[in-house]
Amino acid sequence: MDTTNKIKSFLTKFVRDADVGDDEDLFATGLVTSLFAMHLVLFLEKEFQVKVDNKDLDFDNFRTINAIVSLIEKKRNSV
Amino acid sequence: MGKETKIKCVVWDLDNTLWHGILAENDTLVLRENVVRVIKILDERGILQSIASRNTHERAMEKVRAFGLEEYFLYPQIHWNSKVTSIEQIAQSLNIGINTFAFVDDQPFERDEVKFSLPEVLCIDALEVDQIPAMSVMNPRFLTSDSRQRRIMYQSDIVRNQVEADFAGPKETFLSTLNMVITIAPAGPEDLQRAEELTVRTNQLNATGYTYSYEELDAFCHSDQHRLLIASLDDKYGTYGKIGLVLLETAAATWTIKLLLMSCRVMSRGVGSILITYIRQEAKKNQVRLLAEFVPTDRNRMMYITYKFAHFREIETDEPGDVTLLENDLSTIPPFPDYIQVNFIGVNSRI
Repeated sequence: MDTTNKIKSFLTKFVRDADVGDDEDLFATGLVTSLFAMHLVLFLEKEFQVKVDNKDLDFDNFRTINAIVSLIEKKRNSV
Repeated sequence: MGKETKIKCVVWDLDNTLWHGILAENDTLVLRENVVRVIKILDERGILQSIASRNTHERAMEKVRAFGLEEYFLYPQIHWNSKVTSIEQIAQSLNIGINTFAFVDDQPFERDEVKFSLPEVLCIDALEVDQIPAMSVMNPRFLTSDSRQRRIMYQSDIVRNQVEADFAGPKETFLSTLNMVITIAPAGPEDLQRAEELTVRTNQLNATGYTYSYEELDAFCHSDQHRLLIASLDDKYGTYGKIGLVLLETAAATWTIKLLLMSCRVMSRGVGSILITYIRQEAKKNQVRLLAEFVPTDRNRMMYITYKFAHFREIETDEPGDVTLLENDLSTIPPFPDYIQVNFIGVNSRI
């Protein structure tokens, strides 16, 4: 499974209407719970073996599926 | 404050402790004198209780039930394994520190084993049961309505967690089945004891790790430069009690969140984000800058993430030590999530 689909499949565990477009704003619905944010970060770290630093924890890096994918790629390439 | 660690959970042995006689030997069992009184006193004080007994689970619980005591014990451990394992298991299930445990047993051997492996646990000889209520570690500094309800709140949690574990489907759908209601209100005099208890008890989800005494909190309530807000949460299984606390410093042009904390029991309910959303809405309405202090600990990364995902950014600061200062851009403020109803009591007029 590619990065995009792995993230999508993770989202379905949390979000009712998880069929979002790759560029759709994930948080426009007020979905951002502390729990979701934490789980998302932990999932990305575990699944993609990257360390999300404090400076990466910028809202814009997580706003859309595409944004998350490019953060992951950036992190992987910098290792 | 340099105070002793108060006991939060008492673990009881059964044979020749809770009752006289040995169940496996088919003795006629008689409850120890005063034991019911002691159990009820501890329960009213918000001290949780459990069982560590070497017996057959079904048979022993049947006796406990027959004595009308079943409801008082959370996560009873009745099997043939060591009591050290049992106490560790109870501590893990309740999510409270092993150093807040006491263990009552008539057998010196059992007490010694616990003392050896878990030296932080207070071991009490069953002969001393009468003295338990008077022990200073068994007397919490304050008795709040939440402490009186603590055991019932844990029992509702057990039901909730079971339902959640069995729930197939997205988390969000599960949350919407709970019919949650969060109530945000200015802390009143009757809330201050609980507020102090929260700052002292729940350091795992404290954004700054600051703790405040009753007297300090009382001063904030009377200060026109501060707002102290307390949040409570209820759902269809019952109340979670007063679970969140916010201390805002409200200078003329800038508001600073000095303290944001919540009980770890509600970590999974999105309460932190809701409190932050509320403060952002109010700051925007009042046209002030919104800052938040954050002090990283090994346990509160979740709070940092919550702040960052709520549009807070780190800014330069002259604050001493490890204090990180965050500023909110007050741009897009999301609505409250639709799985929870948010009520305000007397806050709009005051802020």
